[in-house]
Amino acid sequence: MRVNRRMTATVATAAVLGLTLAACGGDTGGEGGGEGGGSQVEVFTWWAAGSEKAGLDALVGEFENQHPDIEFVNGAVAGGAGSAAKDLLQTRLQAQDPPDTFQAHAGMELQDYIDAAQIEDVSDLYDEFGLTDAFPADLVDRLSTEDGAIYSVPSNVHRANVVWANPTVLEENDIDPEAQYADLDAWIADLEKLEAAGVTPLSVGTTWTQVHLLETVLLAGLGAEAYTGLWDGSTDWEGDEVTSALEDFETLMNFTNDDRDGLDWPEATQMVIDGNAAFNVMGDWAVAAFEEQDKELGTDFTATPVPGTDGTFDFLADSFTLPVGAPDAEGAKAWLETVGSLEGQVAFNKAKGSIPARTDADPAEFSEYQQGAIESFANDTIVSSLAHGAATPVATLNAFSDATSKFTTGASDLAGYQSELAAAAAG
Amino acid sequence: MTAATNQLAAPRTTVSRPRPTSKSRYTLGRTLKYAALIFFLVVVLIPVYVLLVTSFKGTGDADPSRAWALPQIWTLDNWATAWTALAPSILRSVAVVVPSAIIAAFLGSLNGFVLARWSFRGANIVFTVILFGMFIPYQAVMIPLNQLVLDLGIPTGVPTLILLHVVYGIPITTLIFRNYYATVPHELIEAGRVDGAGMLRTYWSIVLPLSIPGFVVVLIWQFTSAWNDFLFAVFFSSSQNGPVTVALNNLANGALLQNYGVSMAGALFASLPTLLVYIVLGKYFVGGLMSGSVKG
Amino acid sequence: MLKKLRRLGPPLLMLTPSLILVGVFVYGLIAANFSTSFTDNHTAAQATGQEPAAFVWFTNYFDLLASEDFQHSLMNLVLYTLVFLAGTMVMGFLWAWMLDKPVKGEGLFRSVYLFPMAVSFIASGVVWRWLLNSNQDEQASGLNRLFQMVGLDFLQNNWWNNVTFGIIAIAVPAIWQLSGYVMALFLAGFRGIPDELREAARVDGASEWKLYRYVLFPQLSPVALSALIIIGHMSLKAFDLIMSISKPANYQTKVPAVDMYVFKSSFDYANAAAVGSILLIIVALVIVPYLIRTNREEKR
Repeated sequence: MRVNRRMTATVATAAVLGLTLAACGGDTGGEGGGEGGGSQVEVFTWWAAGSEKAGLDALVGEFENQHPDIEFVNGAVAGGAGSAAKDLLQTRLQAQDPPDTFQAHAGMELQDYIDAAQIEDVSDLYDEFGLTDAFPADLVDRLSTEDGAIYSVPSNVHRANVVWANPTVLEENDIDPEAQYADLDAWIADLEKLEAAGVTPLSVGTTWTQVHLLETVLLAGLGAEAYTGLWDGSTDWEGDEVTSALEDFETLMNFTNDDRDGLDWPEATQMVIDGNAAFNVMGDWAVAAFEEQDKELGTDFTATPVPGTDGTFDFLADSFTLPVGAPDAEGAKAWLETVGSLEGQVAFNKAKGSIPARTDADPAEFSEYQQGAIESFANDTIVSSLAHGAATPVATLNAFSDATSKFTTGASDLAGYQSELAAAAAG
Repeated sequence: MTAATNQLAAPRTTVSRPRPTSKSRYTLGRTLKYAALIFFLVVVLIPVYVLLVTSFKGTGDADPSRAWALPQIWTLDNWATAWTALAPSILRSVAVVVPSAIIAAFLGSLNGFVLARWSFRGANIVFTVILFGMFIPYQAVMIPLNQLVLDLGIPTGVPTLILLHVVYGIPITTLIFRNYYATVPHELIEAGRVDGAGMLRTYWSIVLPLSIPGFVVVLIWQFTSAWNDFLFAVFFSSSQNGPVTVALNNLANGALLQNYGVSMAGALFASLPTLLVYIVLGKYFVGGLMSGSVKG
Repeated sequence: MLKKLRRLGPPLLMLTPSLILVGVFVYGLIAANFSTSFTDNHTAAQATGQEPAAFVWFTNYFDLLASEDFQHSLMNLVLYTLVFLAGTMVMGFLWAWMLDKPVKGEGLFRSVYLFPMAVSFIASGVVWRWLLNSNQDEQASGLNRLFQMVGLDFLQNNWWNNVTFGIIAIAVPAIWQLSGYVMALFLAGFRGIPDELREAARVDGASEWKLYRYVLFPQLSPVALSALIIIGHMSLKAFDLIMSISKPANYQTKVPAVDMYVFKSSFDYANAAAVGSILLIIVALVIVPYLIRTNREEKR
């Protein structure tokens, strides 16, 4: 009996030990920043690997130059193209335990944070740091809310309306890789040729990449002005122009790979790299996938604006915010200063492969692809990306995604799709 | 019924063949059975084959189109990468699972003992009320649970998950222990009562020591289900502060440039603890499954 | 009175912690969930208390049940559950039946059939995502490729990439995982049948079929019911598999649990709560009668 009693005591001790262990585990997990002497800034991002991490490291280097007295605390959360980070961030913000600053797509995706009173207006910092003139006026417009407030400082800009192509596949099928398609119809004619030859003409991945394709098709069909009008209600979602754009989208989806719903963008882009597909529409972060596999722009792959969208720059941007109740608001402001500064933007974007939001960077410092993108960004009309949170709040984007997945799996027809999109846009 | 079977069985005896034939039929049947058993064995092991083989493949080699082929070059890189990526979350899984299994088991044994041995009016109702908690879809409590956890100020990640696995583990541990104590001979417990020991003393000095097998079963059950939990984990933690299921899902579905070999090695890592428990304590594991069924 | 307290005190004391926890975390939260589902709490501002939410009673339920998308989710759940139940019960029974009589290597077969149970859906999802690749013919990989290799080309299909029946493909890994569990339940059921009963039947000259029909099956029915209840209730875990094999945004494999997750992540708490409550009601319709029945049986 005594032995047994000792046994139970052991179990009890083990339980207590377990709890202590657990408590330790809890402390080490996630919470990041916090107390400690001096000023420090916990920067919450999803840049934890690859070129994104390289970019962050370069930016931190510049931050330490500019603000040697402030300690940088890395709050990067890996995985899920940011979805894991967003989930954790949501919890932390609700628990009133915000990081000093966090990464978010610039534009309407911030609306939820704004509505929930979780982030501050930083437009006075724009004045203080002279950002208003450094960024293109179009971009500042896209970033401002109706009452003129701005809630984040963009660190970099990506272009969404890019077609990536494999010239070898095109040549094999008697298609000129240098061809500039004036509009979608011209492109579709060549896609038909590829289809007839038994090649996958266009690769695409899971739902969000299909929404990405949709937005470029809408942009091509409607033009920049009417496309922007889709997001402020001045373009009618039920109109004929939208109908014919959706018809083009349907046509394009018929040219895509069957296993699309099981793939994410790297796998879809890989099909072009491997020559298993001729074209892929993806944002210009895809350039990293080509370069990592030692592919040369011009010979091994080409990057052109989606047919019918030349002269338009479909933008999305990563940006940093100032959360309400940030433990170290001064540190956060210092971080935003570096993010907005010329040196910070150059260092960051050279490493990450995106382009600066500022127009005063010297293009010569960047790669061939980036130089082209910088030029377009300076000269083209800038519109907001749908799939990447610039154009609509999260809930609207979710509704667009649902409707798109439903349509591309064949559960709704074009008319049904159009009315669901219209309903989603109306909110 | 007996008569009927007798009648029906009668003609069968008359047509029954000579012994050797029936023996060969028997062997044919047996061969068929073994063939079927082996066929299913292979089918069940197919995913394991793909997992194992792919986990040893290099980047280009680990492609769905080559799923069935052996590695061109065997490499341990994936295992090393997966370990680095998942080790912290595996430790957090341990930190969640061990205390929550122990606490839930202890509470379950208290409840099970009371409900099995102290008959009071409404004992069955109390039991049913607790048991219902085992069957609720957790989606039906998730939204307010999120708010409650925030209000209580419990940090997300490990502490929250311990609490949740304890709370939602109570019904099943109560059930298993109640069934277990129902099998413990009355006399053993009655002896304590005659001594004039109170209920708590009886529990502490007589019942608890008798409960070791029950605890083994319950702990294994709780360990496995908490280790494999994804729903609570994905709602109340992230890859940064959560258990291995969340980290693995992140690794497999989230990486910028996907490395299948690493995902597969990671899946194997994440499964090792439960597999190990299953291999070492398989007998109890099956026992746990049995008591998991609500046959009262 | 004092005596009664002394008699009832300790057991109540021992039950109290659990009763409080279950009371708050199960019943309290279910009530709170219903109350959220009756509001128009659809935005981030309302979810975080910046703006008030008003009671709209059953509007969310009506809207959800009337929407084609949610009907599709419910249909998927039903289809998944039926296939999952049928698959595990048939496989589980077949295996148990084959292993019931002495078999060489029984331990090996049993262990292998049962082991998938020890693995999480998330871990097995990693490999099933490959196996259930929808490419066919020359581009085939995964199981479709295997079918080609063994000359069963006609079995190739696009798995979960089918808007009506795609969800059935998601049930395949679930069947793989839990058939062993059902086997173990049935095996215990078989072994729990006293040998005398079989012998008696045999002495009576009962045929093998009669033996099963009139002696073994009735003895197994409580086990079968338990298995049905447990497996049926596990069908809600399809969520894990869908998260790891398909994607939450894929329309073809949507189930209510996935809808709930998507609602929650876009701060639509009212609809998320309503979906949760609908699931609860569905489960309760099956479970409550079962619990009451079990309860009654025990009283006898």
